[in-house]
Amino acid sequence: MEGLTTEIVIQTLVSGLLWGCIYALIAIGLTIIFGVMDIVNFAHGEFLMVSMFIVYSLSLLGINPLISLPVAAIALFALGILSYKTLIRRVLDAPMLAQIFVTFGLMIFLRNLAHLIYSADYRSVAVSVFQGRVEVLGIYLSTPQVIAALVAAVMTAAVYWFITKTEMGWALMAVAENKNAASLMGINSERMYALAWGIGAACVGVAGALLANFYYIFPEVGALFGLLAYVVVALGGFGSIQGAFVAGIIIGVTEALAGLLIDPSVKYVIVFSVYVVVVVLRPKGLMGNV
Amino acid sequence: MKESKILSQENASLQTKIVSKGKTVQGVLLFFASLALVILPYVVQQPFYLHVFILIFLYAVMGGAWNILGGYTGQVSLGHAVYFGIGAYASTMLMMEWQISPWLGMLIGMILAVLVSLAIGYPTFRLKGHYFAIATLALGEIFMIIFSNWEWVGAAVGLYLPILPSVWINFQFTEKTPYYYIALGMLGLTLLVTRLVEKSRLGYYFRAIKNDQDAAKALGINTTYYKMVAMAISAALMAMAGTFYAQYVLYIDPNSVLAMSISIQACLVAVMGGVGTLWGPVIGAAILVPLSEFTRSYLGGSGSALDLVVYGVLIMLIAVFQPAGLMGLFGRNQARRKEA
Repeated sequence: MEGLTTEIVIQTLVSGLLWGCIYALIAIGLTIIFGVMDIVNFAHGEFLMVSMFIVYSLSLLGINPLISLPVAAIALFALGILSYKTLIRRVLDAPMLAQIFVTFGLMIFLRNLAHLIYSADYRSVAVSVFQGRVEVLGIYLSTPQVIAALVAAVMTAAVYWFITKTEMGWALMAVAENKNAASLMGINSERMYALAWGIGAACVGVAGALLANFYYIFPEVGALFGLLAYVVVALGGFGSIQGAFVAGIIIGVTEALAGLLIDPSVKYVIVFSVYVVVVVLRPKGLMGNV
Repeated sequence: MKESKILSQENASLQTKIVSKGKTVQGVLLFFASLALVILPYVVQQPFYLHVFILIFLYAVMGGAWNILGGYTGQVSLGHAVYFGIGAYASTMLMMEWQISPWLGMLIGMILAVLVSLAIGYPTFRLKGHYFAIATLALGEIFMIIFSNWEWVGAAVGLYLPILPSVWINFQFTEKTPYYYIALGMLGLTLLVTRLVEKSRLGYYFRAIKNDQDAAKALGINTTYYKMVAMAISAALMAMAGTFYAQYVLYIDPNSVLAMSISIQACLVAVMGGVGTLWGPVIGAAILVPLSEFTRSYLGGSGSALDLVVYGVLIMLIAVFQPAGLMGLFGRNQARRKEA
């Protein structure tokens, strides 16, 4: 292939890595909710979209995206808990399909609510602190993307630390492992479920706030990212945080390479095919322990 | 309610009597309902109402198709748009390129859909639960992207079917009534197939796989084989619905026949009505289609998304308050729970 220099390949790999960090953070939110209560939230992409629109709306008021990031995270934490309290809690004992459909309803509701308020137009944030490109060892990367990936990686590490090293995280894992045994230990499973939804939504909220700095904002934006998140979670193994991180990077790099070597318009065919092949060979995903 | 109250008394002879009486009542009701549907186009003349009925039948066929695999066999597919799309594209391309009647095209589309479903099913049936659902979702997207970039089938622009004389061999009509009867016939066929599956050995194997795959395997049931059978039946019916859609709307593109929303709709119809039941998809379609069509015509006029906002809320409400599907309203379990 002509023009395929080492620099371009490295640049593509790094760019894929950066995207992978963001995919990982989105997917981790999803996998936490699944890990704790075995429910796939099909409105996860829409949570991302809500966060992006929060940052967008605040930017219209001239508020710096750095300030709106924690605002979006807290708002999404609240949205997660609200979704749990009003909807999910009522279908805990219902068949899996009813649980899926509550979140499908939520997806349709949120997507079209955004459509109703903001119309279908593509928007971008009015104020952006991070602009331009940075040069690292001869390769050029967009600044907002580098910062987003770094924050996403830090956030991922923080969530991992919270789950594995703090008492509340252990309580979450205990409920995930065995709800009844956990409640015998005095853990309030109800509170832990709400917490899982809060943290899961906050993760995707941070991802959305980061993404809003360099990606178009529109009501359907959650569709692609949501789909990628399901694929990342299934590839990594449902419920596994490390799995979601590794899978996020794999998907990001695969996407970038497929776009470079084959064609950008069919890159997701390659991405999803890689996922299907891996998951057929390893039916529980890379690190699934279900 | 009254019937179930009597049923709860421990009187076996009375029970059988009432069950058989219940069956006769059901049969009579079914007869009159079918009769009413057959004469309906003579009474209802407004195209909009006929259109709503046609869509109800179409969605009931899609839901019924999904139900064979998802409802009876317990394999939740979120990629059934693939088979719908194959049905739509196969008959359309055969007609446009080689002037083959869409009726024959429909059969070829169904065969193609079955072949593709087997190719998809063979590897993915190793996956269970959510893993299977997400894999089918991803495969659905793969088809969507390929068709969106495939020039021969019109890529993302889609295909306008040439307008042909309104005769049966062309599967094209200027009136809505013929479409109404075709859709009704397809629904009848779907219900018949479902009924046959339900009553046959196949149905027992399917339910055994749904209840406990490992146990079914331990009992000597070739689970992969029977899941593939369920998938094939399901795909064929879905492709049939796809051809109907193409001939009814006379325009197809990846967004309207291969999108994830098609897979979700098929699944939604069955889940809302009641999965793994004969009438579930019919009830689901009879509720969801008018809901979406009427909210669209009353609320969606200005191009806003208010209709879909309301639609989303209603889906959440139904899922929260009637998680077993609307069939549960008519079922014995529901009546018993109310008594208790």
